[in-house]
Amino acid sequence: MTNAASAAPSRRQALAGALGLGVSIEFLGRKAFAAAERAAETRKLIVVICRGGMDGLSVSPPVGDPSYAALRGPIALPGFGSPGGALKLDDTFGLHPALASVHQLALKGEARIAPAVATPDRQRSHFEAQDVLENGRTTPYATDSGWLNRALQAMGPGKVKAMSVGATAPLVLRGPIEAASWSPGPGVGADPRLPTILADLYAHDPMLSRALASGLATEAEAKVAGADAKAALTPASAGPADTMTGMDAQANAGGATLRPVLRQGLPVARQLGATLAGFMVEPGGPQVAAVSIDGFDTHANQGASQGLIATRLAYLDAMLDGVAKGMGAGWKDAAVAVVTEFGRTARVNGTNGTDHGTASTALLLGGALKKGGIVGDWPTLSPAKLFENRDTAPTLDMRALFKGLLAGQFGIDRRALDTLVFPDSAAAAPTAGLIA
Amino acid sequence: MTGSPGGLDRDLAAAIAVTRFGLGAKPGELRTARDDPQAWLMAQIRPSVGADQPETPPADAAGRLIEFRDYQRRKREAEAAHQDFDPVKEVRKMIIADAGRDFLARTQLACATDAGFRERWALFWCNHFTVSASKAQVATLVGPFEAEAIRPHVFGRFEDMLVASSSHPAMLLYLDQAQSVGPDTMAASFLSRGGKKAGLNENLAREIMELHTVGVEAGYTQADVTEFARAMTGWSIGGLKEPDAGHFRFRPAAHEPGVRTIMGKAYPQPGMQQALAVMKDLAASPHTAHHVSLKLARHFVADDPPPSLVGRLQATFQGTSGDLGELAKTLVLAPEAWSPAAQKFKTPYEFLVSSWRAAGAAPAALPQLQILNALGQKPFSAPSPKGWPEDGETWCAPDAVIKRMAWAQALAAQSLDGRNPVQLAQDALGARLTPLVATAIQRAETREEGLAILLMSPEFQRR
Repeated sequence: MTNAASAAPSRRQALAGALGLGVSIEFLGRKAFAAAERAAETRKLIVVICRGGMDGLSVSPPVGDPSYAALRGPIALPGFGSPGGALKLDDTFGLHPALASVHQLALKGEARIAPAVATPDRQRSHFEAQDVLENGRTTPYATDSGWLNRALQAMGPGKVKAMSVGATAPLVLRGPIEAASWSPGPGVGADPRLPTILADLYAHDPMLSRALASGLATEAEAKVAGADAKAALTPASAGPADTMTGMDAQANAGGATLRPVLRQGLPVARQLGATLAGFMVEPGGPQVAAVSIDGFDTHANQGASQGLIATRLAYLDAMLDGVAKGMGAGWKDAAVAVVTEFGRTARVNGTNGTDHGTASTALLLGGALKKGGIVGDWPTLSPAKLFENRDTAPTLDMRALFKGLLAGQFGIDRRALDTLVFPDSAAAAPTAGLIA
Repeated sequence: MTGSPGGLDRDLAAAIAVTRFGLGAKPGELRTARDDPQAWLMAQIRPSVGADQPETPPADAAGRLIEFRDYQRRKREAEAAHQDFDPVKEVRKMIIADAGRDFLARTQLACATDAGFRERWALFWCNHFTVSASKAQVATLVGPFEAEAIRPHVFGRFEDMLVASSSHPAMLLYLDQAQSVGPDTMAASFLSRGGKKAGLNENLAREIMELHTVGVEAGYTQADVTEFARAMTGWSIGGLKEPDAGHFRFRPAAHEPGVRTIMGKAYPQPGMQQALAVMKDLAASPHTAHHVSLKLARHFVADDPPPSLVGRLQATFQGTSGDLGELAKTLVLAPEAWSPAAQKFKTPYEFLVSSWRAAGAAPAALPQLQILNALGQKPFSAPSPKGWPEDGETWCAPDAVIKRMAWAQALAAQSLDGRNPVQLAQDALGARLTPLVATAIQRAETREEGLAILLMSPEFQRR
């Protein structure tokens, strides 16, 4: 695997790569980076959206909670130390055994859990809840921009960049600030004149024009930042068979996903994480990024230490491991938030799965994290405490968590967080003590 | 009654009819539509037959399901006997052979048809009632689902399509209905005596309400969803040893007894009639009329469509008890649908199909469709029951535009065959071809470059 961090290319190389594609320097749209900006620009934030309603009680099973085993029945994880048992975090919580890399980070104080976090949405609809998770408001379809894009606006012009990984653009990064996007693939094609001709034709089509300019800039960087990793990801493995196979066993919610890549196995998921990290640690690389993984809608046969959810969490773990290692020295300034639109029912349902619920677990990772225990309060699973006698009760507003990360990582002030980034959210104070 | 809408120039009206309502122009198609663009569209509405079928006779869901169950049995036996059996390879082979063939045939139909509006209308409904190959056991059933539950009904009554979809084995499996069992039934106690877990699964009930009919804005509650899920218990699939193997089968023993109350209305009907009665009311709800009309307007006209168009469609839906042929006619006659500005950005599938049509070509084999993975629209594999997204912001991501550009060059290199790209541009866009793009094509260094410019032009990327 290429270590993108140690092979960080120079600006000059990046520009040379761009010119080789017939791309003019204007496309890169970069300002020269003043020395003073260098320190701040090493701060990174990656948001991983697990679509489909990730089951928090499987991600961070509260095996020490007296109600847990009875509610979960056949899908309860065994206790600490048992075969296939939860990996211990504290007396109450463990991590799913498929999250071994995350557990290693947790032992170093570089991963924490927020076990009862939820967006303001209570409808239990994938699509509404994902919209609220990404738009940063209290109601779905309230705005066309995502909170991460508005955070970029709050950080001021020219200092930061954003990118998403996947073939389509997730709402969380959409908005007035153009975000790059990248996914493994064949590059720009053979004709070096075409990009310039199209840029002229797109002059009166802002959507196409912005997308083309950003795509070309990212391709230029990909050529130097992750060329080898990219080759490994490019569908050499994707023969005709991969065009049609759908091996994943569950319905999923969401837009951009990495499923075609993830199906190729854990090494490729790890490599994808490393490639994203390579983009980010490149000089002038994006400071924020968003990635989606789907496949968490486990209505039936979700399994415990093995099975459906274990497979998805193993993918997640491999990708996060790739990010952490791929960041190299940059990991000490990085923060990663792994979130989902809602949790699932506390009780196992009639088909050994779980239905749509409310609060779930958010995973926080990164060298920038402050050491500490769980984030937010644990409401417990005692019958009287379940939300609507059904779900893990939310004790922490997802927006408070995001605000705490944005304030700690980028110094975005409270007023901007309460009004621009998460409008009308003054009541959800930024979670303190997340970033060292 | 028909003709050129709103005094629109006839050439422009023909270009809109073929590119916005249809699937993009094949060489010569604009000339055919030009005589009377609205009549050309109206003639494609075919209430008695429905949409075209990609293959004659189409593959049948029950046979495919039996084949998949047989695969599962072989897998179990091989595992029990510790035999060499690669389940991934086996299922892959089956999916390529079956689902791959179905998807290729469907794409070839879209590339060749003279009735592009009829096929786009059918594809809209396939997406409205999404079943997805993201679930392995559903993968080989997506094609049969479209053929059996959707295509015959696309110009019929909405309620009929809703029932056909909700009782089709593909949907019953995709949204976990087939195994949902009423907790207070003989089936549940029988299964629990055998040590098996049996109970309610609310997945299909929720998505019928949220996605297929009234939508969340109708204001139903969690209790309504659970009640509907109870009413749906018993909707299942015949097992291998039953006479209706692989077909819909109602299992009275799994049906939760009792009166259900959904959105304030009591449903005392027995057995299978109960869920049918609920569906009848859901199909007739003004919320459903609005939800479906908004989606149609979004699909055909603009991501943010004019409310007057939505109102027009909704009035027809309600006034005709969900007659989809009448709904199609209302769309064709709606002045809002003929606005000269092309506001819709093509999805990857629409872009590919219209490109092949413009080049007078069609994919000959499955690997040619692999580009759909890279563009984010994997064959038959919508990411969720909500189906593929509709909006330009989703599909016009930077990475996607780069990949479209690379693909357009490759197609141009393969299929131009000495033809003049200026002529192809006129054939593809007609009056929608702007002087700027026409000039750029004329000035291209090579003919291939000219065709790539056409396919990547804003006028071609939008419809």
